[in-house]
Amino acid sequence: MAQQKLHVTLLTGRTIEQGVGKERGKSSEEYFEAVSVCFMDAQDMKKLGIKSGTNVQVTTPYGSVVVKAVKYARAPTSGLIYIPYGPWANSVCSNKTSSIGMPSFKGTPAEVEPAPDKPVLSMEQLLKNQFGK
Amino acid sequence: MSVVKSVTCPVCGCLCDDIELTVENGEIVKVKKGCSMSESKFLSYKSEHRIRTPLIRKDGQLVPASYDEAIRKAAEILANANYPLLYGWSSTSCEAQRVGIELAEEIGGVVDNTSVVCHGPSLLSIQEVGIPTCTLGQIRHRADLIIYWGCDPWSAHPRHVERYTAFTEGRFESSEWMDYVQRFKAAAGKKKIQSAIRIKSPKYKPPPVCEIPGAPLPAIAKGGRKMIVIDARKTMTATIADYFIRVEPNKDYEVMQALRALIRDQELDVDKVGGVPVEYLEELADAMINCEFGVIFFGLGLTMSAGKMRNIEVAISLIRDLNMRTKFVIMPMRGHFNVAGANIVLTWQSGYPFAVDYSQGYPRYNPGETSVPDILLRKDSDAALVVASDPVATFPKAAVEHLVKNPLIVIDPHMNATATMGDVVFPSAFVGIEAEGTAYRMDRVPLPLKKVVDPPEGILTDEEILKRILEEVRIIKSQEKEVA
Repeated sequence: MAQQKLHVTLLTGRTIEQGVGKERGKSSEEYFEAVSVCFMDAQDMKKLGIKSGTNVQVTTPYGSVVVKAVKYARAPTSGLIYIPYGPWANSVCSNKTSSIGMPSFKGTPAEVEPAPDKPVLSMEQLLKNQFGK
Repeated sequence: MSVVKSVTCPVCGCLCDDIELTVENGEIVKVKKGCSMSESKFLSYKSEHRIRTPLIRKDGQLVPASYDEAIRKAAEILANANYPLLYGWSSTSCEAQRVGIELAEEIGGVVDNTSVVCHGPSLLSIQEVGIPTCTLGQIRHRADLIIYWGCDPWSAHPRHVERYTAFTEGRFESSEWMDYVQRFKAAAGKKKIQSAIRIKSPKYKPPPVCEIPGAPLPAIAKGGRKMIVIDARKTMTATIADYFIRVEPNKDYEVMQALRALIRDQELDVDKVGGVPVEYLEELADAMINCEFGVIFFGLGLTMSAGKMRNIEVAISLIRDLNMRTKFVIMPMRGHFNVAGANIVLTWQSGYPFAVDYSQGYPRYNPGETSVPDILLRKDSDAALVVASDPVATFPKAAVEHLVKNPLIVIDPHMNATATMGDVVFPSAFVGIEAEGTAYRMDRVPLPLKKVVDPPEGILTDEEILKRILEEVRIIKSQEKEVA
């Protein structure tokens, strides 16, 4: 029986695809494909009963966003999820700056749940929903 | 067709200056020696995602306008604002940054660069404890122990390892290049064999892979140049390292303090620190003490996780301890190609590297108060100018909400997330492709950026746009004085 929710630690950062995508153009398809994903451990995905390519909803005290789950192939990273820098990651990142200007982009506690029926929003839609512009 | 050699790549803080570009009919058609990000930038400067003309928001829609119109509008916004923000600067030339600071002083605004959400904490720590560092050339020729802590150069600075550290042929340290190539080939071969076995006999299970090799550590004990990666997850860089240590997220501070104790020959009475068994830390401490010239490169894994500036402070203190036993240096892995330049230009103009507030008429520096994310979270600003950066895609949601609520001026070659939210949007020429300039590498070595092709017709550079806005602001202000 698959679990409904998983408690994890959210990390954000760079991937080479994100780097290539941002140089190609932030409105490009490559950028969207590179940053609207969430890398997960294979065992964690099994616990949730999902496969690579299933949409998941990531929720933190700061917000919630739907991204596509991708299996992290290089090593077991149970309990960690990784979203590349971008508007999707920022939707759920902590805005606590510890009084030095730096928001806490790494190590935010988060919940992941399968959301196969919810779509990953395009950048335009995501920004429109969040900021109404 | 012509080939332009020794072009400096305007992408990341490595500023590789050996790129060869083939130019045909005034367009770049081929990139040699660059990484995938470099190639992407040099080839997509002419893509459909470029902004072709200045845009002004009218009735909720961005509509084309002339430069004159847009400059007038931008100058009005900035001249009339009480507490405007001037943010970005890390992907443009030092020359443009200089004009930007002049503009900030003129309008009494806050000028801040992207290091506030990048290596801002590192700068704060350096101000507290100093930094023993050197240039990348020294590391290339002399370093025999290279440690990447909380950074993934394979993804963010793809040629860093190849040009400056473990894969280079230095004058006094040789490359282990062939060793790595063979290891890659062996790993790929092993994978192929395993998948063949899996297909033939589906019940076969490969033997479990051990994350951290048992002591004595063969990789760390080997001679020659060594590369160690310390990170919260096994990154691409970790897969090519001699040794990888996985630290629990937000536990780097503890691990570094434990290392400091070990280097001072103190014993730890615990089994694990930050998820790392103490015997591995002992091995690491031995490798650090026994090297001839060691270097720690650190990234946002330290500056963004719990502890932030304190992580960097303890990392620099660790280097200080190590320098009592051997030679060790430390260097931040700067992200954008001229973020180091943004700090340097702002320091020589105002005395401070980022988060400088000119609202009192003189420069004030108090990160946490005068840093752009905090100002936005407090909802203090009433206008913003964003140059060569994309805060809508890089700031937390709550900060962006206030940024886009107020008049927003954007100068950027590409239609990025911030430009789509802008009220006045200026297209600009790509610095390093269509405009000359100066940029500082991550080790603070200034390098010239080349102009390889012409910008699209009528498109101005960041520097020209800023100069014209500044002129216009001065005109508006003098008119206001006359009326008063």
